Amino acid sequence: MRAFRDRLLALVFALGVLAALASGAQAGPYEDALLRLTADSFDDTIEGINGVALSGNPRAAAVIEALQDGRLLFSAESKRVFIKDKSDKLTDAASGEAVAGAGPADLAPVRLNNRLRRIIQAALGGLTLLAPDPAKRLEAAQAVFRSRDANALPTLDQAIAKETDPRVKQALIEARAAVVLYLDTASEADKLEAVAVIRQRGDQEALGLLGGLPANTPPAVKKAAADAIASIENSLAMWTALQNTWYGLSLGSVLLLAAIGLAITFGVMGVINMAHGEMVMLGAYTTFVVQEVIRARNPALFDYSLAIAIPLAFLVAGFVGILIERGIIRFLYGRPLETLLATWGLSLILQQAVRTTFGPTNKDVGNPSWMSGAFELGHITITYNRLWIVVFTLLIFVGLLGLLRFTRLGLEMRAVTQNRAMAASMGIRTARIDALTFGLGSGIAGLAGVALSQIDNVSPNLGQGYIIDSFMVVVFGGVGNLWGTLVGAFTLGIANKFLEPYAGAVLAKIAILVLIILFIQKRPRGLFALKGRAVEA
Amino acid sequence: MITSVGTVASRPSAARWLAAAAGLALGLTAAFPAQAQETIKVGILHSLSGTMAISETTLKDVMLMMIDEQNKKGGLLGKKLEAVVVDPASNWPLFAEKARELITKDKVSVVFGCWTSVSRKSVLPVFKELNSILFYPVQYEGEESERNVFYTGAAPNQQAIPAVDYLMSKDGGEAKRWVLAGTDYVYPRTTNKILEAYLKQKGVADADIMINYTPFGHSDWQTIVSDIKKFGSAGKKTAVVSTINGDANVPFYKELGNAGVKATDIPSVAFSVGEEELAGLDTKPLLGHLAAWNYFQSIKTPINDKFIADWKTFIKNPKRVTNDPMEAHVIGFAMWVKAVEKVKTTQPDKVIDALPGIEAPNLTGGTSKMLPNHHITKPVFIGEVRADGQFDVVWKTPGLVPGDAWSDFLPGSKDLEADWVTLKCGNYNKVTKKCGGAS
Repeated sequence: MRAFRDRLLALVFALGVLAALASGAQAGPYEDALLRLTADSFDDTIEGINGVALSGNPRAAAVIEALQDGRLLFSAESKRVFIKDKSDKLTDAASGEAVAGAGPADLAPVRLNNRLRRIIQAALGGLTLLAPDPAKRLEAAQAVFRSRDANALPTLDQAIAKETDPRVKQALIEARAAVVLYLDTASEADKLEAVAVIRQRGDQEALGLLGGLPANTPPAVKKAAADAIASIENSLAMWTALQNTWYGLSLGSVLLLAAIGLAITFGVMGVINMAHGEMVMLGAYTTFVVQEVIRARNPALFDYSLAIAIPLAFLVAGFVGILIERGIIRFLYGRPLETLLATWGLSLILQQAVRTTFGPTNKDVGNPSWMSGAFELGHITITYNRLWIVVFTLLIFVGLLGLLRFTRLGLEMRAVTQNRAMAASMGIRTARIDALTFGLGSGIAGLAGVALSQIDNVSPNLGQGYIIDSFMVVVFGGVGNLWGTLVGAFTLGIANKFLEPYAGAVLAKIAILVLIILFIQKRPRGLFALKGRAVEA
Repeated sequence: MITSVGTVASRPSAARWLAAAAGLALGLTAAFPAQAQETIKVGILHSLSGTMAISETTLKDVMLMMIDEQNKKGGLLGKKLEAVVVDPASNWPLFAEKARELITKDKVSVVFGCWTSVSRKSVLPVFKELNSILFYPVQYEGEESERNVFYTGAAPNQQAIPAVDYLMSKDGGEAKRWVLAGTDYVYPRTTNKILEAYLKQKGVADADIMINYTPFGHSDWQTIVSDIKKFGSAGKKTAVVSTINGDANVPFYKELGNAGVKATDIPSVAFSVGEEELAGLDTKPLLGHLAAWNYFQSIKTPINDKFIADWKTFIKNPKRVTNDPMEAHVIGFAMWVKAVEKVKTTQPDKVIDALPGIEAPNLTGGTSKMLPNHHITKPVFIGEVRADGQFDVVWKTPGLVPGDAWSDFLPGSKDLEADWVTLKCGNYNKVTKKCGGAS
């Protein structure tokens, strides 16, 4: 009985093998390689990738691209590999035929780790060097530059000869130089030439390439490389200073953004508002709610989510600000200590209220596509989200300045803060102006929240991280002066970023604090002290 | 509640007595519906407000779920379990006060709680003095073993060392240069000290190690990310080992992603980033960055599937995730229940003596065991961030790793041993043969 079963099993197995052979009628290296991708082991997958890349099959690039994007699925049972395209349609990787329906039940994506991703990048680089799309060719050239895959050399030469786009051509030449530098069989002259090309490139990656030359490199090449490293490092030092300045501006703009609302409530009105940070937090949560609604209703609008959130955040935070002013602060004018304690308590209440409503965990506020990524300016990397925040901050600053200078509301605000009694006797309703001014300051804090949601945690504690810094900026810049706040924020930001590389983030922060304390001893009214009666008011 | 009733009662008048009695009755029925029979009280000491609420609230919820489940199974020793929840509000001295309140006033039999090391250090004297039991569920820096504390989170040898081993391996990318980045407090500092000693022992030169500390809640990572890029471009494969505290990770990863630091070039492995932290983050740019834990939600085992389903039903939110410290509480609670069942009492001395040797299933398919040094055995997993905010396990230790209280890589602690069964000592010095720490 048992023997019979064994025989039956053997027969079924043999039939299965036959069937497999029949289905993969022209089992070549490509088909064999595909088979390895179904083994669900990293080592087999590597063999599979290399096999597919070297097979010369026209579908090779498509398979590896799909693998990179996680669109390559396999069925362990039927030993078949499928490519899923963007609209979720399946294609059999072996035959290239479209699959009707959902495919086998045990479909799973081929798993990757970092080592595999590197191998994929290298393989894809070799395969797409001659792609029709210049962006793809550029990507391929950069991939080869990193992988230094000697197999790509013939294709590289071919690609360089054909290339018309100067940017891609330069990348290809650099990639070729990188390959040559690490190739044992290349001549000394070729290598020297390659060093010169890399030296021209002059960035961090060039440094890395020249710094890690293999031990059997000829001495002359080594010397040239050392010279090149010294020269690149020299020029990069200047770029580092520029980079630090940019980082400082970017940090300064974040400080300014957080502090500018406070410059109104504290600077202009003299209210110590410890709940200012919570207004920022409310702005960030408004952004979150807007994005949630957009995700649920109309995902196509996602890129506009911030534009929608900006007015809403202003209104929400401004409204809460007016409520606070009417409900609490107006009873406490002229009593700074009580105001401080009351607003601090209020900040705790607001935090806990948000925590109870939205839960204690961080909320996922996504970056719209135009806020993600970075671009290179010379040798400094500028991230889009930071760039837009700088622009946004400056716009708010200019807008606020205009509002105070050119509108009736601004005129009344200035009148009330300069001389309340006289303003009142001129017919200005000072109580209304107080509420509106406080609402304006809070609303601007809400706008800050929209921007900060793009770079920081959206959690109930968001505001706490900024409240101390905001007060620091306002006090340093000079109470009651918007320009002082601007200069103060950027000074602190840049000073911090120049100190940080030498002292580390912790010490830089301490040093800044000490410097401010010393500065306030010398000039108690900050950088730009207001002159005249307003100070005494 | 009780104190206000007391002060009212000290000035007796008929109406006030009545009001007090009514208030007391109301309060009791609202707070303790099962007061009729005697219960076993379980203290939960996790911050529900303040900075740490983000992480600790979840642990409070998972404990309530475990207690609820145990009660559905008929409770413990024939009695119902009753949770006593207090809120230490992320305030370290308040942790000690609340711990004292739990033990002396509420008379709890055991406490599950704390997250940060500083909160644990703050409650230690209270637990020693009042002789109670604390289960501590978070990965920590080690260098401690107390009779009254059971550490169900990972010691450095159950998280940090295997992670570095992985990055050194072929699959991990054979890293030769190391950035140790952390938040400036005791856990990262001690862990980095251990890692530095370990790396040097493995032949890594001083110049190939960069150590960087940042303040709590650091949000401007531009300089540090560009430093990491610079450090990584010296021609040797570079890896980042991050002990950055939970909350600062979101801006750190956002900056990494935006600055184009890809995991294929410079992989980073984190010890404090789990499913909860990633929930507040768009993970697509982080594909391939790593985390080392003893548990991942994505691990497919029947017991884990059930736990995740139960958790989502309990918390009434299908989007909530599970994470490593939650599993630690699950294991710790199961061990405590078994120990109490074994000695048939909740008396702390008996339970403490019974706990070493107790085994409980972990959620990843193995069986964890409480060791004589009050740490437990755990498997170690390395997971890669996936686009959906979960982790894909790319490596795991072949078996369970026993937790080591005293690191073998620090000069002061390598001679020390913790053993509460035979030696009855948390810091026995193997050289001087004395209990009492480094000579």
